[in-house]
Amino acid sequence: MNWGQWLLVSILLSSFIPGIIIFGVPEEKHRLRTGLNLCGSILKIVLILAMDTGIYFGHNFEIRLPLIPGVELLLNGDPLSALFATLSSVLWLLTTIYAVGYLEGSPNRSHFFGYFSLCVTVTIGIALAGNLITFLLFYEMLTLTTYPLIIHRGTEKSLHAGRNYLIYAFSGGAVFLFAVVALQTIIGPTDFATTGFPSSFIDTHATVLAVIFVLLIIGVGVKAALVPLHGWLPQAMVAPAPVSALLHAVAVVKAGAFGIIRIVLDVYGAQNLLLLGVLPLLGGIASITILYGSIRALQQDDLKRRLAFSTISQVSYIALGISLVDQPLAVIGGLVHLVHQGLMKITLFFCAGNLAETLGIHRISEMDGVARRMPFTMAAFSIGALGMIGIPPTVGFVSKWYLGLGGLAAGNWWVVLILAVSSLLNACYFLPILTRSWFGKQQGPWPEELYVGRFETRLMLLTPPLVTAFIVIAAGAVANAQISPLAWVRFIVRKYGL
Amino acid sequence: MTSLQLTSPSWMIIPVILPLIAGLLSFLLNRGIFAIALTAALANLLAVSILTCQLLSYGPMRCHMGGWQPPLGITLRTDGPALLMLLMTAVTGLAITLYARGYFSYRILDPKRASQHQHQQRYFWPLWLLLLAGLNGLFLSSDIFNLYVTLELIAIAAASLAALSGKPASQLASFRYLLVNLLGSITFLLGVVFLYKSCRVLDLDLLHNVPMNKPGISAALALMSVGLLLKTALVPLHFWLPPAHANALAPVSIILSALVVKGSFYLLFRLWFEVFAQLITTPALNVMGTLGAVAILWGAIQAMRQHRLKLMIAYSTVSQLGYLFIAFPLARIDGSTQVWSIVIFMAMAHACAKSAMFMVAGTVFLHLGHDRINDLTGIRANLPITVLAYGIAGVSLMGLPPSGGFIAKWLLLSSALASSQWWWALVVIIGSLLAMTYVFRVMSRFFVIPEGYSSAKSTPPSPLLEWPALVLAMISLFLGLAASWPLYILSTGNPALAQVFSGGLP
Repeated sequence: MNWGQWLLVSILLSSFIPGIIIFGVPEEKHRLRTGLNLCGSILKIVLILAMDTGIYFGHNFEIRLPLIPGVELLLNGDPLSALFATLSSVLWLLTTIYAVGYLEGSPNRSHFFGYFSLCVTVTIGIALAGNLITFLLFYEMLTLTTYPLIIHRGTEKSLHAGRNYLIYAFSGGAVFLFAVVALQTIIGPTDFATTGFPSSFIDTHATVLAVIFVLLIIGVGVKAALVPLHGWLPQAMVAPAPVSALLHAVAVVKAGAFGIIRIVLDVYGAQNLLLLGVLPLLGGIASITILYGSIRALQQDDLKRRLAFSTISQVSYIALGISLVDQPLAVIGGLVHLVHQGLMKITLFFCAGNLAETLGIHRISEMDGVARRMPFTMAAFSIGALGMIGIPPTVGFVSKWYLGLGGLAAGNWWVVLILAVSSLLNACYFLPILTRSWFGKQQGPWPEELYVGRFETRLMLLTPPLVTAFIVIAAGAVANAQISPLAWVRFIVRKYGL
Repeated sequence: MTSLQLTSPSWMIIPVILPLIAGLLSFLLNRGIFAIALTAALANLLAVSILTCQLLSYGPMRCHMGGWQPPLGITLRTDGPALLMLLMTAVTGLAITLYARGYFSYRILDPKRASQHQHQQRYFWPLWLLLLAGLNGLFLSSDIFNLYVTLELIAIAAASLAALSGKPASQLASFRYLLVNLLGSITFLLGVVFLYKSCRVLDLDLLHNVPMNKPGISAALALMSVGLLLKTALVPLHFWLPPAHANALAPVSIILSALVVKGSFYLLFRLWFEVFAQLITTPALNVMGTLGAVAILWGAIQAMRQHRLKLMIAYSTVSQLGYLFIAFPLARIDGSTQVWSIVIFMAMAHACAKSAMFMVAGTVFLHLGHDRINDLTGIRANLPITVLAYGIAGVSLMGLPPSGGFIAKWLLLSSALASSQWWWALVVIIGSLLAMTYVFRVMSRFFVIPEGYSSAKSTPPSPLLEWPALVLAMISLFLGLAASWPLYILSTGNPALAQVFSGGLP
């Protein structure tokens, strides 16, 4: 094994080993557990940054493990996996800090943080997967490792949500497995690195390949919460706030969106998909999901549920951008939204968790005047919300700008229309929250004031949203700089030769 | 297929003779029975490992006991599939031996019924060792009459084991088990008689050279198949299995579910795909596949509806056995090569995973005094390793990557789709989803620790109860990652398979 292979393995082990150790850590050894968590996550970021550097300078990271003829596990670091891995590892560090503060004093923490670490290991595995079988392996494992987190509270409601999550996720996984096997019987084993199979297969198997494409998208669309496969996501809101952050920004929904990107760009390739003519289908579903999620979000009074429907809507920007695969600008918009949506949504969930943990606020109707009690939290929330609407200079603006430009370049005026309507709806469901909390008048005492201290809430809960809110503005303001998510996405798009 | 002929005694007789001697010794002696059983299990594993090494260096071997050539003498022979089944039995058998020790020691601690439990243990060891000898003999024998003898040995030992628990329910179930098994044996014997009448030989290798055009041979095959199907509990002949497996003592449930049904299946498979391959028609294969598909769905649906953990696991066995049969109709297309790897993988992964699951059920039963699925909450606080073992074994039963079950399902799916028989693939997929439902119905109970649940209220479990389950579950999980090894052993000395192995999938 060369150093690159060691690097890939240690990237996975840097959260796997702490996770396994944490399972055995006694409940009361708070410091040891936190230390393991933080060391693991910081080490992981360092290792992934090293990999990013290597990838930028053209190094090829690859490990193969053949299982049986035609089935091999392949880890492969390419620019696209670097994008997802970096996002997940950075947000994981922040979520870990947040979770330590959030779960202070609650039972079963070793269990929780053990699965938390396994979960990020698996997510990085998805990022590094170099073929569909490896992707499937980690994709199924992601379901297994997130399930205990969703039912962590053990209530009937959370068990119900967990059961539905399993049914959705494993059904998606089963459809995906079927499609992967079917694809392999036609085109043989392929790696992501080959960017698309030879177009001669289109001449012979056009219909079957189109059907398989739809099945593959259904398989990953469950986790990406494409309508009508989104039912599990709002229910999963019963989980603790760090888990919601994990589901919505770091791991699960992102894994689905990432899968869509892989299938479109790597497995099928732009040329083949244009020949098959199935992309308008993906674009259509994405557009419906964008509008449907926003409209449903409008109707929710529960803050976390509103955020969940907002996620359903926002993640489909990625699918929308990817569906215009012949337009580099739209692809850039879609890819960069993978990062941008994560940053904004994790900020919003951190803040929602702070409100619940500090003042017992779960509903939007209880938020009048809350910004005077918790100005920093609400400032971060406002930045995230404005980003979702797409106000410059936040990152949300950058995504929408590129998506719109790409749509215009393709002559698809409807893309711009969708973006405009969606932004309007975003404004409709976020701005009332902001006006209530900043300008509203407090109606009686807070539902349940749990924390009174020097700061507005515990420092470990306050810092992560402030950091992510800062990045939301900073990454948007310096989007054109040498080092920014946008710059990396341009690097990816150049690699695909679009 | 050419094989090395041996006349001198070889390692081959150890797996048959040693458990037999140990079984008799453990029946006669009063002390040190566990030491005898453990030695036998270890020596068995060692002998099978040596045989595997010999297979890899010399290819398949035949050993004529006492120098007598067939058709007179007793002939043993090894090849890839036989050795993999032997390895499976040896590894699972060692784990079962250790687990049974922990199980009986724990039960004897209960002062109220210590003498009854002593008594059960007294009879468990000889019967288990006899059963082990019978299974090893079944995998090694090369003569249909000897195979019948091993089948009888297995049937009688297994039925006695099933009766050990002494509860009225288990008495009834084991009596039915015995009757079904005897019926199966007699049907098989009748088939042997027909065969001998038509061919005058019973050696498997000699039967290869016999013309297969006589009607008696078809009748013989039909009779033998029905007998074996009855023993393998393929739907609709499965009715006896769940009560017998679920009401037995935990170590016995493991033996019955993980090993005994595999023995008769293995024999059936050999007869169909090696000896009488010319007689097998596509409709016959499709009937087997259809029954297998029904078994997968019916068993899984029944498993979902059970309220007791052990019954659920027993019905899961009915379902998982269906996967072995669904491989039959795929054989026509790829030849028997692909099918061998499917069934061997399925059998090995299922043996390990199902043993682990029954071990978990037994341990849980010992701790709670019941196995009602709805009342299992909180057990994770007492038995973390056991719950982990259950989870991993469940992953393998569901066929998620990278487990051995996944490899088997992948091979099934790719054969089915490559031969445009997508409906089998659909059954496999639906079966996995149903397996997910029943596995997680229990898992969700395991995960929850109710408020105020005190983990200190029961005695800590013996490591012998927890670790064998975890190790077996791990083996079934990582079987997929090491999949090239079993395939390599399977293809040794089998030119058709070796070609598939080196040349990739068709």
